[in-house]
Amino acid sequence: MTPPALLAPVGASRRLKAFRRTAMPGLGLTLGMTMLWLGLLVLLPIAAVIVRSLGLGPAHFATVAFSARALAAYRLSFGAALVAAAVNGVFGLLIAWVLVRYDFPAKRLIGSLVDLPFALPTAVAGIALTAIYANTGLVGAPLAVLGIKIAYTPAGVVMALVFIGLPFVVRTVEPVLADLGKDIEEAAATLGANRLAVFRRVLLPEIAPALMTGFALAFARGVGEYGSVIFIAGNMPFHSEIAPLLIVTQLEQFDYEGATAIAAVMLALSFTMLVVINLIQARERRWRDNR
Amino acid sequence: MRAATTESRGMRSLLILLAIGWLALVILLPLGAVFAQALAKGAAPFWHAVTQPDALASIRLTLITAAIVVPVNGVFGIAAAWAVAKHHFRGRDLLVSLIDLPFSVSPVVAGLMFVLLFGANGWFGPWLMAHGVRIMFAVPAIVIATAFVTFPYVARELIPLMVAQGRAEEEAALTLGANGLQTLWHVTLPNIRWGLLYGVLLTNARAMGEFGAVSVVSGHIRGLTNTMPLHVEVLYNEYNFVGAFGVASLLAALALVTLAAKALLEWRHRDALAAIGH
Repeated sequence: MTPPALLAPVGASRRLKAFRRTAMPGLGLTLGMTMLWLGLLVLLPIAAVIVRSLGLGPAHFATVAFSARALAAYRLSFGAALVAAAVNGVFGLLIAWVLVRYDFPAKRLIGSLVDLPFALPTAVAGIALTAIYANTGLVGAPLAVLGIKIAYTPAGVVMALVFIGLPFVVRTVEPVLADLGKDIEEAAATLGANRLAVFRRVLLPEIAPALMTGFALAFARGVGEYGSVIFIAGNMPFHSEIAPLLIVTQLEQFDYEGATAIAAVMLALSFTMLVVINLIQARERRWRDNR
Repeated sequence: MRAATTESRGMRSLLILLAIGWLALVILLPLGAVFAQALAKGAAPFWHAVTQPDALASIRLTLITAAIVVPVNGVFGIAAAWAVAKHHFRGRDLLVSLIDLPFSVSPVVAGLMFVLLFGANGWFGPWLMAHGVRIMFAVPAIVIATAFVTFPYVARELIPLMVAQGRAEEEAALTLGANGLQTLWHVTLPNIRWGLLYGVLLTNARAMGEFGAVSVVSGHIRGLTNTMPLHVEVLYNEYNFVGAFGVASLLAALALVTLAAKALLEWRHRDALAAIGH
């Protein structure tokens, strides 16, 4: 068979394109498999939540989805996830910076530890954190002497989400930091900027989109997090009860309507975060392409 | 004079110490606590705890679940990556976003979705019950919920890799007369094997460790529908801390093996994985 490119007369580039589009086999099969599996496993279940919560009617939906107890749970889930994402923004940037810019012993080993929250089952993290921060624990005991309580309070929720979210920030910022040439920094320094000014005016704007993406990813994960939180949270309604736990509690009491309504609110937030993260990344890409 | 593009020596040491200190507090301390608590009363109670019949049943269920979910999601991940990375079609970007969707859904919400489908009051619940098919509060629901939360991992790793590798090698094989399956087997799979292994590792770690989604659909029946993470919760709530941390330490060891394998892959096959961006 002669490759069509050799036969192509003048003006045949469109036909060549058509050939290229059809030459790779298996689109029908693989796309079909993907759509089938995606449809059955992901889209159908999501549709079930949406249809079921729409079936409640707006008034009833609002009553169960925004009850005082549910509102307190959202506030804790969102608030703790925000605080934890902010803490991770600071320390995640620090760790990424140190890993990219400096050399020190056992750097590779320390670097791979960052991924532990991705690999460690959340329930394991949950009981371990509780053991540490309970008032008999390694960190909890000295803090208890100072009158600070972490386990079984909202602060415990934040600690669990700090653990879960750290790798999101480090792994998003790290590659951007590594790609950053030193030339603009040098230029700024030559023009008389001191190190802090270089960091604030030159480096921070460059890594801000990645930092925001990492922050958003950590936040999105934190809002829905369950396993690592429930052991350390104390789970008191109106005080230390996260939104996913409220769903579980209502399911256990066979209150399917309440559980579905809260799940729909959480799902709406997930979709919003997904759009926000995509927008940040699209803007970052555009910005990089324009430079 | 020191160049203004680096920090002073003191500043550098301070930042390094701060970073290592934070990692020790946030990551290392909980990891150490798992093993310390598991062995707090010595090796014999630990061994006794992890060889209890209920513990062994949970280990078996976790292994069975992973043995079903990992290959299934592996095959679908390869199919999805082939469709998305080697072809152009309308709605491709939307499809990629949809594949990522399970990452952003709370595990508990994921579990609830399957209750709404297969539970007694669910869309298919009554029909399933009438035909004697048990999905909810049984192994099938555990497998399905685990498949949901691990759905994106393989495709996620393979898509950027396969996009970066392009289609030239496949086109060459096809032009030389290979059929689609031969091309996949002899050209594409060898090219993506390390990325695929990477995705499989992550899928397996999440499959064995999933808690929220499985907790909602399992029914917590001891010895029957408790996976290892669920068994950890049961033991912990019974104040059996040696037992809970004993089973937990097995999962923590799995996490360490996963991280070590991941580090090894990144170190040995950095070039083959470059497109993934790790």
